[in-house]
Amino acid sequence: MEHGSFTNNSHASFTLAEEDHTLANAVRFMLNQDPRVTLAGYSIPHPSLDRVNIRVQTTGDPAREVLKDACQELMLMNRHVRSVFDKAVAEFKVEQARLKAEEEEREKAKEELKKQREQLESMDIEGN
Amino acid sequence: MVTEEDKIFAKNFNIDQLPDVPAGLPPHLKLKQSRVVPKNVAPLNTDSAIYSGGYVTTGGEESVKVESFYENFKVDVISCTETDIEFDMVGIDSSFANAFRRILIAEVPSMAIEKVLIANNTSLVIDEVLAHRIGLIPIAVDPRLFEYLSENDQPNEKNTIVFKLHVKCPKGESRLKVLTSELQWLPNGSEFLKEAKGSNAKPKTYTSFSCSQDSLPEFADNPITLSHLDILIAKLSPGQEIELEAHAVKGIGKTHAKWSPVGTAWYRMLPEVVLKGEVEDELAERLVKACPQKVFDIEDMGNGGKRATVAQPRKCTLCKECVRDDELVDFVDLRSVKDHFIYNIESTGSLPPDVLFTEAVKILENKCERVLAALS
Ligand code: SF4
Repeated sequence: MEHGSFTNNSHASFTLAEEDHTLANAVRFMLNQDPRVTLAGYSIPHPSLDRVNIRVQTTGDPAREVLKDACQELMLMNRHVRSVFDKAVAEFKVEQARLKAEEEEREKAKEELKKQREQLESMDIEGN
Repeated sequence: MVTEEDKIFAKNFNIDQLPDVPAGLPPHLKLKQSRVVPKNVAPLNTDSAIYSGGYVTTGGEESVKVESFYENFKVDVISCTETDIEFDMVGIDSSFANAFRRILIAEVPSMAIEKVLIANNTSLVIDEVLAHRIGLIPIAVDPRLFEYLSENDQPNEKNTIVFKLHVKCPKGESRLKVLTSELQWLPNGSEFLKEAKGSNAKPKTYTSFSCSQDSLPEFADNPITLSHLDILIAKLSPGQEIELEAHAVKGIGKTHAKWSPVGTAWYRMLPEVVLKGEVEDELAERLVKACPQKVFDIEDMGNGGKRATVAQPRKCTLCKECVRDDELVDFVDLRSVKDHFIYNIESTGSLPPDVLFTEAVKILENKCERVLAALS
């Protein structure tokens, strides 16, 4: 829902129902990064209300478009976060698997060596 | 009188190119912009750049963070197990880190027991308390395989999981512990019969499953269990008995904490410990001893002297024990890096913690989409 004026669409407040600090704070951050924005802020009118008000004032562009751009950019950034995170986790798991394999390899080699040594020792005894 | 030379000078004048004007932000502003400084009264410089032009007059290139985000954002996984993950998230604003944390705790769905039908309870634990305890038991099942049960829905195999608990402590034996391992999954749904209205109508149960859940491909060779089988639910004395059915549905932590898929999710900024001068000999030993986290270490200098070094700044908890010392306070500088987060997620067992994080990010994306749809 948008509250603005008919004559000047560069200043407007928006009410987002069923949202809280989670989204509003991130959106505010995005808005504040936009050079077209002169003022951006949000508030929750009352803790028992399930909504936030976001205020956007711009240098001239329609506030609605600027807010839309902020959401769009936020979404893209989230996508980027997800891809980077997934890649990092995948890499970590591969690395972990490799380390484990190496460890097993080393264990095996140790076992092998021990067996050989035992064999040698038993041979020695027989020789005596 | 303005000479030709003055004119040329004025035309080419650029303050940033003067030899004694440093490029970028001067160090004291850089520090203000990128570090939080814990002080005794309150932490300083906690906010990030308030608006896009925040440092434009002095810095220029660092003023807008969004542009450099795509190149600079980095994730580094420190450890990852079935239930816990620790990773570093670098180059992101705290508003994001906090949004993810809030979503993990309150908005990522999971399955939890919502209805407890008690047929018999002669134990010491009263029905309400027993039901509450059972509600908090984490269930190890992927919530994405289920739908929400809305008010007018019949509980069916797509939105409800049914468990049964029937234990009796025989007379003449010792006291019995009822653990979560006694809860038994009923893939066919409820076994309790509703009171029949008509005399010859077929009695109905409390759920209407159209097929057994273990015939579904997801659960065929992967039966639904609880995350922990050793949680104490109640204790029974000889002769006491509990018989009940527990119905689990999908929900989110905002409604009730039992639906929170994480034990907890938290982050902290990377601590930075800087020695402002040489801390030597007796003072160095005092510094090492003062820190409970063993952040500092002693380095031997060639001439038999000792010098303190910062060995493990990551372990610092910013307890400020080291700056309580009147002498040491002049040597130690404590700070937090504003855009470097050490993130921890503990899963309760429904999903691995890395999947939980991706789900949280997806939820934030959906929120943006919703706003976009409403605005267009
Ligand atoms: S703040 Fe505490 S943990 Fe950090 S260096 Fe000082 S004494 Fe050690």
